[in-house]
Formats: sequence, structure tokens, C-alpha cells
Amino acid sequence: MKKKSKYLTGLTKRIIPCLDVDKGRVVKGTKFINLRDAGDPVAVAKRYDTEGADEIVFLDITASHEKRKTIFEVVEKTAENVFMPLTVGGGIRTLDDIRNMLKAGADKVSINTSAVENPNFVKIAAEKYGTQCIVVAIDAKRVQYTGYSIQDTVHNKQIKYKPRWEVYTYGGRRATKIDAIEWAKKIEKYGAGEILLTSMDKDGTKDGYDIGLTSAISSAVNIPVIASGGAGEMEHFYDAFEKGGADAALAASLFHFKELKIKDLKEYLIRKGVKIRC
Amino acid sequence: MITIVDYGMGNLRSVQKAFEYIGKKAVVTSNKKSILNSSLIVVPGVGSFDAAMNNLKKLKLVEVIKKVISEGKPYLGLCLGLQILFECSEEGNSRGLEMLRGKVEKFNFRNNLKIPHMGWNNIKLKVPATKPLAGPPKSQWRKIFNGIEDNSYFYFVHSYCVKPKDKRIISTTTDYGINFASSIFYKNIFATQFHPEKSQKNGLRLLKNYVNYTGN
Repeated sequence: MKKKSKYLTGLTKRIIPCLDVDKGRVVKGTKFINLRDAGDPVAVAKRYDTEGADEIVFLDITASHEKRKTIFEVVEKTAENVFMPLTVGGGIRTLDDIRNMLKAGADKVSINTSAVENPNFVKIAAEKYGTQCIVVAIDAKRVQYTGYSIQDTVHNKQIKYKPRWEVYTYGGRRATKIDAIEWAKKIEKYGAGEILLTSMDKDGTKDGYDIGLTSAISSAVNIPVIASGGAGEMEHFYDAFEKGGADAALAASLFHFKELKIKDLKEYLIRKGVKIRC
Repeated sequence: MITIVDYGMGNLRSVQKAFEYIGKKAVVTSNKKSILNSSLIVVPGVGSFDAAMNNLKKLKLVEVIKKVISEGKPYLGLCLGLQILFECSEEGNSRGLEMLRGKVEKFNFRNNLKIPHMGWNNIKLKVPATKPLAGPPKSQWRKIFNGIEDNSYFYFVHSYCVKPKDKRIISTTTDYGINFASSIFYKNIFATQFHPEKSQKNGLRLLKNYVNYTGN
């Protein structure tokens, strides 16, 4: 991985708490099971604001269509009190969905399934609202055999399998056969301004971000990449930035239940020499 | 009256909310009369240069904004509201408002710095030249950045930056591949490339300082 620090830049790495919102409440389990109530999203967002978060992501996981409008109220109320970038994802399918979110006070929207099903949607959305507000979320899972080298007994030599990751949609429920690296390159061309990259293998494990995946995607594209899934300790953030080349790192339950304070994490990263806003 | 010009480019509501938060009422409008009668016009905006200029033309606001600036009324430009003040942009073919000389250029890196320049970066306060061409005196300049330390962090998201012909109008610079103008201050015009409305305490402070400075 090429180090970026030798170039003239004061840009800092971002720490982003993610709030999974279900019917207007923050919930968190591992991705879709054991949902624990973690409070009122507006109050949680305010807390993160004072603790020094660099951005906030709301992920609306409300299943029932009629309850979906609760997310607008959440975004609206948050934007009245919190003056930092807000990204909203979950169920964004039309230009109207984007417009409504931006109107409510979001700065960026995160698109996942609808981007895979219709990549042109990314293009049209970026043309209409600007690339800066279109985040494409990629849920990726490592494909079997990846990263290992095996013995070719016929020719008696080692074969190295290049690691591969597959894109999943519908909150990780549907495999698409799309290669994550190719997909990342494609959506960059289509106008995505940022990639929110979640490792399904690591999500909820707390044993660290998928550095291989993060690094592969980050070096394949020239837009910022947010690493997500697997954060459990402060060192994991350091690895995501320094080894994975991520521009931002996202975590949810770790911050909600105060296992890790953003302030402590930032102090740690600054001590380790990472460019962080304090 | 503080007026936020609505020309269909991005999230004006968050700018309005920031003004509300610092205790100032601001109206979001594209009405010519309201804009002409306002005591401070705010032009925010995200998106492309050409789209911005086309929208302003469609709404017949180009001349209105130029008139307001020429009359010496305070103009606050945010992000795209900074860029359109200049003559032209590499982003498109439209002419800008041409209130300031210079152009808007795309970040063009041979290294692997990512584009857009997105996130928190620091601003270096530039002490204006002792004899600014027509820029405001140092004392006024100080008022706007009162309480904001050198190298304070602000939120950026953009792929283009402005290159003013007269470097003396640059009030802050920021490093991203190059040392670019992150805000300018010229007569009644103050405009920033960063987003004060998204820059937490520092941003709100800057807005408040500016509003007070303009007497609103």
C-alpha cells in the first residue's frame, strides 16, 4: 500500500458512529438479529457530536413501509441540533427518496441494493444532486479459497489464489455474483462520491476490520472509502487507516454501549501518528 | 433581513438551521425582490458549476446577485457560492458571476490523494497584505475569525478549488495536494470553500462572527 502522508495534506481520517434506526429508535445487535434498544437517535447523535465524532450515519432498517417516515423526523430533529455531516441509508430507491432525505437535513445518502439492481440510478442521482452526496454502500463477503495458496500436486508448485469478495444485497441476504473490486470501480465511474464498505465476514465479530478487503477496494478507486464491520478495539481503527488505507472508519455498538469513547479513540490514534481532528 | 438564495443547488435547510441555531432568522427564497431588499445574502450550494449558473439564469437571478454585490451589500458564499463568483470553471463551459477575477480549477493529482477532497481539514489564517488592493483592513478581517485559531478544522467536500488572480483576497488557505484558497475576503464579499454549517463549533462561531460583523 502506498502511504498518503508524504503528500501535502491536512485532511484527517474520520471516525464515524453509525446508528441503526428501527421505527425511530436506535437498535443494535449483530446485523439483523438480537436487536437491542440503544436509545433515542437524536439524543445519541447529540452525544456523539459533543464527543467529537466527525460524521454520523443513520441506517434505517425499518421493515414496514408505513413506519418508514419516522426516519425523516429523526433526520430533521438531528439536523436542528447537530452541525456536522449526516448520511442516511436504507431503502433509498428513487430520486424522490434522495430529495426527501436531503430536504430533511441529510448531506449524503447511502445507496446499496438499488445501485446493484440499477447502476444507472447512481449516475442519475449523482448528476442531479452531485457526486458529493451519493455514497454507495457495498456489503462484501469473501469468496472461498481466497487469500490462501494451495499446492498444485500435478505440477508440484504453489498456486496463489487472489482474494475475491462478492457483493451482497438486501441487507446481506442475497448474493449477486458481482466481484466487489469490479463493482467499486464501476460505481466510481458512475459518479459515486464515496464507498461505505462493510465486510460481512467481520461484521459483529469485534475482531477487526477486514484489512485485505479494505485495502483492495481503497487502492482500486480514487474516491474515499469508509471501512465498516468488525471494530472491537482501538488498534483496529489504526489498522484500517494505516494498513487498509481507509479514509474513514465506522462503528456502531462499540460506541453506543460506551465500550469505547470516541475521545479516547482519537487520543490513541493521534499518539500513534494518525492524522485525526481533535 | 438575511436571505439564503434558493436556486435548487443542494441543502439550504441546513444553512438555515445553522442561522437559527445562532439566533438569526434567515429566509430561504428565490424571490428577486426579497433578495434585492436583504441586508445580507447567503449563497450556499453543492453540485456542478454549470448547473448552478444555469439555474441562476433560469430564475433570472444572475443580474440580481450581481446588483446586490455591486451595491456593496454583504455577500456570503459557501462552497459553490464561492466558486461561481469567479470568471469560469474547468467543470463546465458557463461563465460565472465574474465578480472576481480568476478561475475554478479541478484538483489534479499525480499522487493517490482521493477526489473529492472530503472531510475535515485545517485552515491557515492568512494575514492580508499590508496594503490590500481593495480588501478590508486587518481589523475587520480579524473580527470574522475572532476566536477561531490558526489551523482550526473545517468540513470540506469538493473536487474543484478557486484560483483568484489577486492573491491578496485570500483569507485562509488549506493543503490538499496543493495549497489552495479555502476562503476569500474582498470588500463586501466573504466566501468559503468549506462548509461552516457542517463544521460544528468552529463553523457556527464563524457564521456568528460574520453576521455580527455585517450588522445583522
